[in-house]
Amino acid sequence: MGRGGGLMRSGGLLLLPVLALWRREMTRFLRQRNRIIGALATPLVFWLLIGSGLGESFAAPGVEGGFMRYFFPGTVVLILLFTAIFSTVSIIEDRRDGFLQGVLVAPVSRAAIVLGKCLGGMTLAALQAAIFCLAAPWVGLPFDGVVVLRLLAALLLGGLALTAMGFIIAWPLESTQGFHVLMNLVLIPLWLLSGAFFPARAGAWTEWAVALNPVAYVTAAVRRSFYGDGADLGLVPSYGVAMTVTAVFAVAMFLLALRAVRRGGPGSR
Amino acid sequence: MNHAVETRALGRNFGARAALSDVTLSVRDGEMFGLLGPNGSGKTTLFRILSTLLAPTSGTARIGGHDVVHEAVQVREHLGVVFQSPALDPQLTVAENLRCAGHLYGLRGTELEERLLSSLHALRVADRLGDRVHTLSGGLQRRVEIAKSLLPRPRVLLLDEPSTGLDPAARAGLRLALDELRAASGVTIVVTTHLLDEAERCDRVAVLHRGRLVACEAPSALRATLGTDIALVAGDDLAALAARVTAELGWPAEVRGDKLCVEVPTGDNGAGRLVNALAGAAHTITVGRPTLEDVFLKLTGESWGAGEDS
Repeated sequence: MGRGGGLMRSGGLLLLPVLALWRREMTRFLRQRNRIIGALATPLVFWLLIGSGLGESFAAPGVEGGFMRYFFPGTVVLILLFTAIFSTVSIIEDRRDGFLQGVLVAPVSRAAIVLGKCLGGMTLAALQAAIFCLAAPWVGLPFDGVVVLRLLAALLLGGLALTAMGFIIAWPLESTQGFHVLMNLVLIPLWLLSGAFFPARAGAWTEWAVALNPVAYVTAAVRRSFYGDGADLGLVPSYGVAMTVTAVFAVAMFLLALRAVRRGGPGSR
Repeated sequence: MNHAVETRALGRNFGARAALSDVTLSVRDGEMFGLLGPNGSGKTTLFRILSTLLAPTSGTARIGGHDVVHEAVQVREHLGVVFQSPALDPQLTVAENLRCAGHLYGLRGTELEERLLSSLHALRVADRLGDRVHTLSGGLQRRVEIAKSLLPRPRVLLLDEPSTGLDPAARAGLRLALDELRAASGVTIVVTTHLLDEAERCDRVAVLHRGRLVACEAPSALRATLGTDIALVAGDDLAALAARVTAELGWPAEVRGDKLCVEVPTGDNGAGRLVNALAGAAHTITVGRPTLEDVFLKLTGESWGAGEDS
């Protein structure tokens, strides 16, 4: 064919399309200022208002410094979640506007379509959450080189998992209203029950809810990034366990998203 | 040599409803081929199958010799697709959209930039290179979309209702662009349409009705199958006029809307005989060559647009 670039496999092109779709996500994001405000500013306002409202009246195992400090890792995960949602809701817009059809009729591997979107969402989510994390020293959270490295790994992996989860939800939907319903019914409760907002208590039903909730391991990874494995954080799993579960979560979500794309979108079956 | 497009007994059901049944047709290389039918005729289903977005429930479809289901990647390499709603990102510029599309086909570097420019020049939109797509008119977006679909130098270009939403000037511009394109590159063009005048411009037309192929011929050949001219008669009592035509001349006559439609045999001074037969009773008589609308009525027994609700 005399075409340069891209890894041609029996399933279609992979690398060059992934790069092209990733770059499109970046360009779109930078041109839509309201998305930056929505994904970064909303959690920031939540954190400031709820954190200062509950203030010192809040106590959790091994966490001092009031709710502002406890809620900080949870806010980081909320930024990841909101960015992932904003990234994947565009799948529905892409389908409605027609852009997605143009991608689907191109000789690209279906994995490239999922990867382009998920890596794009991951980059944006991790970047915005990292910006917020710069505020960590102000609430007295440790913030040295080790913390930053652990944090970056957690943000990238968590961002990938949450974007892939958003992909699965958005793919079969024909309207963004449907996505908002699922966001309020599924995604926000998953976040609330992740230890982001309140810790799991041993013996209570929340212990099981948090233990079975994959998002809880993203929150745990972010929390452990700050505190390390030495600190007593009650039921919060170690960094290694949290990262392993998050990685399994990300791979599982990616494979489910890939299966959904291979099966076709709404109206194709 | 393989046909550019070939379908065999192609069918597609949605639940119990057959949107497409037993369609067998072939499109030759370099042809401008029309898929004509009213809404609900199955042409969009056929378009979606040919563009690899929808799997058929029976039969086969091949593009450039490749099966659309089992060799989808090879089919996609040969195919340019222009959707009704342009597959462009409105937030990106024209050039960014084309670059992204080029990468999806494995193109990059100077080769991509050269093709991008030549393709935009061919569609006369090169001056809008740096404009965001959402600032362009519908006609310009359609042209950018076609330019985009030409980047991989497809063997077959599929267009779904390309005139939809375009004003007459933009339509004329699009036709010209497609004609030039075909002359220059020899690409095969398959276009779905519910517009009869658009179908008239195709080399051959497949007429679809309720999911079935009812004819596949050149427009002139389709008209010739009627073997008649068509006279439209205006008058006060059309039913009485119809009875008179049948009694005196024995030609089929039928009231359609506010006109009486008479099938007049070509030659043998048919028009003159009709005028004599209806002298004094008719207000006006217009005799013309049959349109594809007349052909559709003859083939299906339904007037154009009757299948809209199905």
